[in-house]
Amino acid sequence: MYDVVVIGGGVTGCMIARELSRYDIRVILLEKEEDVACGTSKANSAVIHAGFDAKPGTWKAKMNVRGNALFPGICAELDVPYKNNGSLVVAVDEGEIKVLDKLMNQGKENGVPGLKIIGHDELMKMEPNLNPAAKAALYASTAGIVCPYEFTVALAENAAQNDVEFRFNSPVMEIMVQNDGFIIKTPHGAVKARFVINAAGLFSDEISKMAGAEEYTITPRKGEYLIFDKNFGHLVKRVIFPTPSEKSKGILVCPTVDGNVFIGPNSNDIKDKTDVGVTREGIEEIIEGGKKLVPHLPLSGVITSFAGLRAVSNTNDFIIEASRKVKGFVNVGGIQSPGLTSAPAIAETVIEILKEEGMDLIEKPGFVPTRPRKYRFREMDNAMRQKLIEENPAFGHVICRCETVTEAEIVDAIKRPLGAKSLDGVKRRTRAGMGRCQGGFCSSRVLSILARELKLDPRQITKCGPGSEILKGGYKEFIAEGDENKFLNAQDVESLSWKGGEASVM
Amino acid sequence: MLCKDLVIIGGGPAGLAAALEAAEQGVKDVMIVERDSGLGGILQQCIHNGFGLHVFKEELTGPEYAQKFIDKLENTGVEVLLDTMVIEITPDKRIFAVNSRIGVLEIQSKAVILAMGCRERTRGALNIPGFRPAGIFTAGTAQRYVNIEGYMPGKEIVILGSGDIGLIMARRFTLEGAKVKCVLEIMPYSNGLTRNVVQCLEDYGIPLRLSHTVIDIHGKKRVEGVTVAKVDENLKPILSTAEFIPCDTLLLSVGLIPENELTKMTGADFDASTQGPMVNQRMETSCEGIFACGNVLHVHDLVDFVTMEARLAARGAAQYLKEKDGSCRGTKVIAGEGLRYVLPHAVCVEKMLDEKLNFFMRSTRPMNKAKLVIESENGIVKTKMLSYLKPSEMINIELKKSEIEKAEGHLKFILQEEGVLQ
Amino acid sequence: MSDKRNVTCIICPVGCRIEVELENEDILNLSGYRCKRGLQYAKDEVTSPKRILTTTVRLKARSAHVLPVRTRAPIPRSCMKDAMKELKSVFVCPPVKMGDVVLKDVAGTGVDVIASRSWTE
Repeated sequence: MYDVVVIGGGVTGCMIARELSRYDIRVILLEKEEDVACGTSKANSAVIHAGFDAKPGTWKAKMNVRGNALFPGICAELDVPYKNNGSLVVAVDEGEIKVLDKLMNQGKENGVPGLKIIGHDELMKMEPNLNPAAKAALYASTAGIVCPYEFTVALAENAAQNDVEFRFNSPVMEIMVQNDGFIIKTPHGAVKARFVINAAGLFSDEISKMAGAEEYTITPRKGEYLIFDKNFGHLVKRVIFPTPSEKSKGILVCPTVDGNVFIGPNSNDIKDKTDVGVTREGIEEIIEGGKKLVPHLPLSGVITSFAGLRAVSNTNDFIIEASRKVKGFVNVGGIQSPGLTSAPAIAETVIEILKEEGMDLIEKPGFVPTRPRKYRFREMDNAMRQKLIEENPAFGHVICRCETVTEAEIVDAIKRPLGAKSLDGVKRRTRAGMGRCQGGFCSSRVLSILARELKLDPRQITKCGPGSEILKGGYKEFIAEGDENKFLNAQDVESLSWKGGEASVM
Repeated sequence: MLCKDLVIIGGGPAGLAAALEAAEQGVKDVMIVERDSGLGGILQQCIHNGFGLHVFKEELTGPEYAQKFIDKLENTGVEVLLDTMVIEITPDKRIFAVNSRIGVLEIQSKAVILAMGCRERTRGALNIPGFRPAGIFTAGTAQRYVNIEGYMPGKEIVILGSGDIGLIMARRFTLEGAKVKCVLEIMPYSNGLTRNVVQCLEDYGIPLRLSHTVIDIHGKKRVEGVTVAKVDENLKPILSTAEFIPCDTLLLSVGLIPENELTKMTGADFDASTQGPMVNQRMETSCEGIFACGNVLHVHDLVDFVTMEARLAARGAAQYLKEKDGSCRGTKVIAGEGLRYVLPHAVCVEKMLDEKLNFFMRSTRPMNKAKLVIESENGIVKTKMLSYLKPSEMINIELKKSEIEKAEGHLKFILQEEGVLQ
Repeated sequence: MSDKRNVTCIICPVGCRIEVELENEDILNLSGYRCKRGLQYAKDEVTSPKRILTTTVRLKARSAHVLPVRTRAPIPRSCMKDAMKELKSVFVCPPVKMGDVVLKDVAGTGVDVIASRSWTE
């Protein structure tokens, strides 16, 4: 019997699991995919928002401002790259300038520090590649950027270190409500727990319904992105927003903590919660949007495109509450933007809810707030590199040349708590394959390392879990056997050795 | 810190030929730094034949072409550092590299030849819509899986792009028992050599669909199919022609990009058209004593030309080491109408290594018949009639030293299409 | 009854489409070629097209599993499939030198298959 089961291994679920791991309770996290951060948490704008967008009094407003304040500390604790580079909302006409004023006032009401309106000249000095038509901007000094999947992975690793159990490839099929708790059925067995935290992202409405709790709906809202080569990493320094619309914050031009720049996302409601396909119209839309902010986009330097889905609830706010219908069931749904920023505050809130619901939470003495050391070869000086290679020669073997990732880092990514099991898992933990050649050079090498470390046949290695195997067949597997096979079979040949210039095949 | 006379970065066809030629020219203390565990570079996975007709006057496979150089290298005293990745190079020719045995190496070289080759364009560069499942490979990555690792990355395959590696892989997959459904080319003409279209596609009945492209990729975990469509004159897909083709693999053979991340660190000037550094008649970049050859400079269609270019670079490096002269630019070379680029980008007549110099260029479009005009500020230097030009097949023209000497200001190359011949 | 076949010449970059008129195995007429070499190429292509086969065999080495090989001379195009079937079960142990025979008389063509590269360990 577990005390808490967390459903969903996105940033929300992992943050909650990590905070729960401070206490002397048994916690398990169920994830339908093969790894954490496989859904919305891996495909978003990666922005730590200041908190002026949301209407005062909403969950979004409260969680955003609190989350923003907590973020730098958690990133430092877990060694996750985070950069406080500030954001700019750019206005190009008088009407938009009025919106800036409104946003600033809203931000002040939400308790956002460090907001100011900046005029054209100062703006162009701050961001020389910006559209010269820009008239003014709202500058937010507390905004920043983070790597969202590395953040999620770090939270999960740390939770696992502190004894939270993780079960992957385990979609919830049924939730049975009993007197003393819940039985949750998955293809890998059932789990019994006193409390259920529903952090199932796009599927949280379905999970809530399964438990007989409050009904709400989640609509997937697609956002598409294009990422540029690091050679164009200087394009903008800060997070650049257009003046927002009712529906979204608009198409950004934004740097990443890893030194790339991206444009996106657009915002389109769709029906299929698994449709993360990029569309031709979508790409055109974000290019057009991006050009309004930065007219000269280096479109020949695009290295990849992707799409993510926001989990938009019918309340248009976060849903963070204990069910009034099903005792012990806590909904954490509709966590769309600013969900990443809000995660630390949401986890705090969930802990409070659990206490109110009668859970005894006693801090355990052995809690370790940091995770095992993470090595990033590309960021080290040569003296440090030398020292590491002497300790472990695998640090001298560069596997991904675009991002300078070494064999040692890939092996570490596989062997860490909740280690990588697939090419994408390695990619999210090390950046191998995320550079300008998009894995063209390193993917076959990473595949070999995965097979070796996991003691699997290379044909079993996947891109992102079962069904996504990279290889279709083994050596000459698709050649039909000759009927009049006059050759010895493999075992017989193996014992023969090469003699002189003649082959030992007969 | 190690000190060398000449460091060659890359042990593929360009690096090997440069090293041999440098040794022959009497350059002492030559070192090849290669990231792989053996020499030969991409040739080792190009197991097909068709290499060497110009250099060796016989038809060789890629590994054979490489082996000939590797065998010759043995007695030259050229030092080879394998499994070693160069991570930094400074304008004053200091090189930082890493390997497992030594750690971080710092090498101060008197001259450097850049021979890092190229990489393949990816799906991202094309903005192909759709999902991102397993089963999308660049042709070269698939080639490595089949020819080096011995695995089959696909069974039912669609190939986008008619570049040579794609055509070669169409045949290779078919021989290995996979089904290649078609090769799609967005342009109205093939981007590969005619012999490859014939011997890799026509021999095996694989359709080449010109003016077609992929407009959607299906499958969430593994590729399940692609939607293809015809394109109009502006290369925009005609949606009414969309057609679904089931397959488990999409191979991309959509171009190569010179791998110049190290070159950029030297501050050398670049040619936006080749995406490689600008070089003079001895293949020297604008950064004194740093030379470039092979696909790092511009993408070649024949390895034989890589070899010739590498030899020139090695002779240039030898000249530089002997005379300690800077990167002289002299007469500027301009690619005019009808040409994507011309190499070298500048000629310093006094420093010419021979009495003649080869210029390499590519046309902007296929032309049945065209007049190549080379002019300077004081008139026409030379003209030549050319026929059956394709952007995928490099044009090569020789100018005499005396012709270049007479040219004032610049050498401008222009390709004028003549009446259609049939 | 005569039959028409098209051959794309690969001798030079022109790539002539040569039309060959055949009756049974006899060539009645050739058209569309621009030179003598093209004429000969088209004749060979319709009567006995031959190609060098390049492929791989299993290599029992420490650091590699595949050895590139080729036929020493062109073999009939019609024998490619059988040659691939035969080579499926060929294993080679190092050391091997470029040019070493890996398989004699592949698919009854009388042509040997040879190693395309050397391997020492």
